Amino acid sequence: MKRIYVNEQWCLGCHLCEYECMYANSGLDEMFKLKGKAGKDILPRIYVEGGEKSPIHFAVNCRHCSGTACVNGCIAGALTKNDDGMVVIDKDKCVGCFTCVLLCPFGAIMPAADGKAAQKCMLCTDNIKGEPNCVKYCPNNAIVYEERE
Amino acid sequence: MDTFIPAEYEVVRNPDLCIGCRVCERQCANGVHKYDKDLGKMIADSNKCVNCHRCVCLCPTHALKIVKSDDTYRLNANWSMQAMNEVYRQANTGGVLLSSMGNPNDYPVYFNKILVNASQVTNPPIDPLREPMETVVYLGKKDVEIKRDIQGKLVDTMTPQLKLTTPIMFSAMSYGSISYNAHASLARAAEELGIYYNTGEGGLHKDFYKYSKNTIVQVASGRFGVHEEYLNTAAAIEIKMGQGAKPGIGGHLPGAKISEDVSRTRMIPQGVDAISPAPHHDIYSIEDLRQLIYSIKEATAYKKPVIVKVAAVHNVAAIASGIARSGADIIAVDGFRGGTGAAPTRIRDNVGIPIELALAQVDQRLREEGIRDNVSILAAGSIHSSADVVKAIALGADACYIGTSALMALGCHLCRSCQTGNCNWGIATQKPELVKRLNPDIGYKRLVNMVRAWTHEIQEMMGGMGINSIEALKGNRLMLRGIGLNETELRVLGIKHAGE
Amino acid sequence: MKYLLIGNSTAAIACIEAIRTLDKQGEITVLSKEEQFCYGRPTISYCLAGLTDREHMNYRPLDFYEKMGVSVHLGVSAESIDADKKQVKASDGKKYSYDKLLVSTGSRPFVPFAEGLDKVKNAFTFMSYDDMEALDKALSPEKEVVVIGAGLIGLKCVEGIFDRVKKVTVVDLATRVMPSVTEEESAAMIQSFLEKKGVEFVLGDCAASYTENSVTLKSGKTLSFDILVTAAGVRANTSLIADIGGKVNRGILVNTRQQTSIPDIYAAGDCTEGYDSSIGADRVLALMPNAYLQGKTAGLNMAGGDSEYKDAIPLNAVGFFGLHMLSAGVYEGEIIKVKDENKLKLLFVKDNVLKGFILINDFLRAGIYTSLVRGKTPLDGVDFDMLVEAPQLLAFPAEARAAKLSRRA
Repeated sequence: MKRIYVNEQWCLGCHLCEYECMYANSGLDEMFKLKGKAGKDILPRIYVEGGEKSPIHFAVNCRHCSGTACVNGCIAGALTKNDDGMVVIDKDKCVGCFTCVLLCPFGAIMPAADGKAAQKCMLCTDNIKGEPNCVKYCPNNAIVYEERE
Repeated sequence: MDTFIPAEYEVVRNPDLCIGCRVCERQCANGVHKYDKDLGKMIADSNKCVNCHRCVCLCPTHALKIVKSDDTYRLNANWSMQAMNEVYRQANTGGVLLSSMGNPNDYPVYFNKILVNASQVTNPPIDPLREPMETVVYLGKKDVEIKRDIQGKLVDTMTPQLKLTTPIMFSAMSYGSISYNAHASLARAAEELGIYYNTGEGGLHKDFYKYSKNTIVQVASGRFGVHEEYLNTAAAIEIKMGQGAKPGIGGHLPGAKISEDVSRTRMIPQGVDAISPAPHHDIYSIEDLRQLIYSIKEATAYKKPVIVKVAAVHNVAAIASGIARSGADIIAVDGFRGGTGAAPTRIRDNVGIPIELALAQVDQRLREEGIRDNVSILAAGSIHSSADVVKAIALGADACYIGTSALMALGCHLCRSCQTGNCNWGIATQKPELVKRLNPDIGYKRLVNMVRAWTHEIQEMMGGMGINSIEALKGNRLMLRGIGLNETELRVLGIKHAGE
Repeated sequence: MKYLLIGNSTAAIACIEAIRTLDKQGEITVLSKEEQFCYGRPTISYCLAGLTDREHMNYRPLDFYEKMGVSVHLGVSAESIDADKKQVKASDGKKYSYDKLLVSTGSRPFVPFAEGLDKVKNAFTFMSYDDMEALDKALSPEKEVVVIGAGLIGLKCVEGIFDRVKKVTVVDLATRVMPSVTEEESAAMIQSFLEKKGVEFVLGDCAASYTENSVTLKSGKTLSFDILVTAAGVRANTSLIADIGGKVNRGILVNTRQQTSIPDIYAAGDCTEGYDSSIGADRVLALMPNAYLQGKTAGLNMAGGDSEYKDAIPLNAVGFFGLHMLSAGVYEGEIIKVKDENKLKLLFVKDNVLKGFILINDFLRAGIYTSLVRGKTPLDGVDFDMLVEAPQLLAFPAEARAAKLSRRA
């Protein structure tokens, strides 16, 4: 299965991925319409680590890992691992207890902007982009979508 | 107090499109953009902008553009704003003006005044998609003497040759002037394309020895990084006598750019300015040059072709004639528009001659003297496109060096600020946070794309002329016509005017 | 291979999923006392508040049992085990035989006895969907409610009913809210938040006697109510194992392979008492993530695998009216405190490891802390100052970080 991997060596800490993520999941038809909404009405599902002064940056989003701590701990059965090995959240089932936030060792699942449910990367299969927008627009191949196993 | 010099360019932000993602701010090493908390929006200081377009390219909503400032002094056809500003700058600093990349001034570009022929009816064009179209070129001495042994068998007298799959090579750019990642990109692309890149006078980083089959190493006046293994590992050795961007002067790499890695590669002390002298202190004649050529050949067991690179200057044809007799295998002629990582502005903008004229004269002279086959000729100094390659070959080159266009494939937008070491594209810098912006995985593919595209275009143009190999195009000036050129220019170029 | 599972909640579902990773053929039978299709038990409070509904509470898709090849008997409880014959006698009068048995019987509400309790007509507990449904029918805007118990269940119940009744008063013998997962400061913060919402608390007190519509506390204070909810804790359902001489303490004793003291009988979930790595001893950890991992471990071992669950720790994520508290581990050692107006971060450090933490309203990426607690990661091997600032992978050495980001960790 193709998955998102990060190449720390090439991450510039530009945070474009966060905005591309928000755009992809906003349902908006133009990116500039994120104006005033980004970071408020919609939050990224990918997070760039490393502050402005840090020499190291890398983006973290759901690893769709084998441990699936979030799935195991979900009190509502809202998180599942599908047949493709992708960890999927059903936001209608999620009650927003954030046990998953407590369990994810990558810090890759977070409350959605409304605070009522969790959100996580679903590799852009849940929006019209179809494949990871963060990868597509990473200017330096610091995030890649590929088969490694 | 310094005289304020207004910004030449203005950063214009479309407030309707800006989403405040601050990518521009994070990507500008010159500190142009910043988020202003008081105003709650992004602002820009155009005075710091070098117009490298990094922010424009990375802005996800295309909210930015950079425009020529319309601030003006009282109009003066004699004193241009630039000329005036340069006076102010020098009055402020007392320093020699520094610039980089190639001469940007409005001198004629002869390639743009030369038209290429095509076949019609009597000798049909060739479709390169259906028929073979040879772009392979061998560079080196083409020994015309045929020797046989006592049995009458042919003796192989062929001197070493460089095989190029297409008549394009990456010109000399040192590690120091450009980044590790830029070098890695060039080296990998050269390997994939079956061509060569050139270390410049920066030595060869240990990491790049694996690309040695596609590496040309340089021996220049500072002799930085030169040692036996360096010479023997390369595919060819280039003696740099001069450079088109700054003929007649040497080089100066500021100590600040001499990182530990650069220091090790160049075999010079860290943090101390590296001065390449204007002349080679052991070369004051063709005979001296010949000594160096043969020293290098001895050191490399006569297995490597030796290139001598000279800047295109007024008497370049006579110089080339000397070089062709000196034992060099290849002559590289670098026109006055060639790029550099740093040069005094006056030199860059006022010294040397166009490559088109120099090339035509060198080829002509060597032919007249019957020594054209002693050497191959490399043309350099602002080859913009495949069409320029075709024209250069028809004017007499065996192949072309490209530098500026290669850097552009890597992201360079010709802001001509290489000398600051703050290259936002990760090319002309040694700052780790900037160097990492150029991922060679991307860079080498873009170089490969560009050279492959050019090669396709070269094949198309040759096919149109009914020519199916570079060899048949070389020096074939009948395929060229001048347009809007005067008698002298046509004579120097050795071509007829269009319509003739 | 015949697998028999008693219980139909998290541990049992996890067990089924684990068995099927190793054994696609074996016969799996589930006996469920509840008539409900498996549901996320803690979601009942959200249902009460109208934040979810029965359909969305399903813990697994409706075709789960069919896909997993499981025969489910809803509304059938297990009455006794015959370990020699490897049979379970059930309430439907049938005997179910097994090769491997899982006891995941969960727990039941503990209702402290007090005089007159039997006179209270509108008395509820808050443990199951049926409990919730019964309470739901009793709620109306003019009613006053007394909740006995300021623990997790009691307070979640308060959240569920608060907007649907006139008044809610919470009584607990403990002097602070959620005593099992808080310390003084965090408890005070939560209590004050809930009090501002309008919830009343009577702490350090307990019911002495009841009438039909009132409770008199030990202190002499009397509270009237229309509805009484008792959420004063739970007791593990251990009798099936205790009755046949299996080792039982506060819960059914299990080893790290989830085996009980009786051959071929496994136990998982709230009914068990197993190894808690945070204290290095056995105790009941009646928590959903724990139930899942125990069930999974049991399932793997039952199906012939070899699995141990050695890193169980206390874990709680709880929210009330938009306030969130996430916590893990134990609260001992040096306290590192970061406090803001309505945010609190408490990190407990001892012997060069993060022993536990409490985060209120400042919980983004808390799982990174959890991984430190669970993994007992030596803090001198990470940039702990950076971690105190915010949980981040950057604080780990490059190699550890690379391993984590490779998605295998």
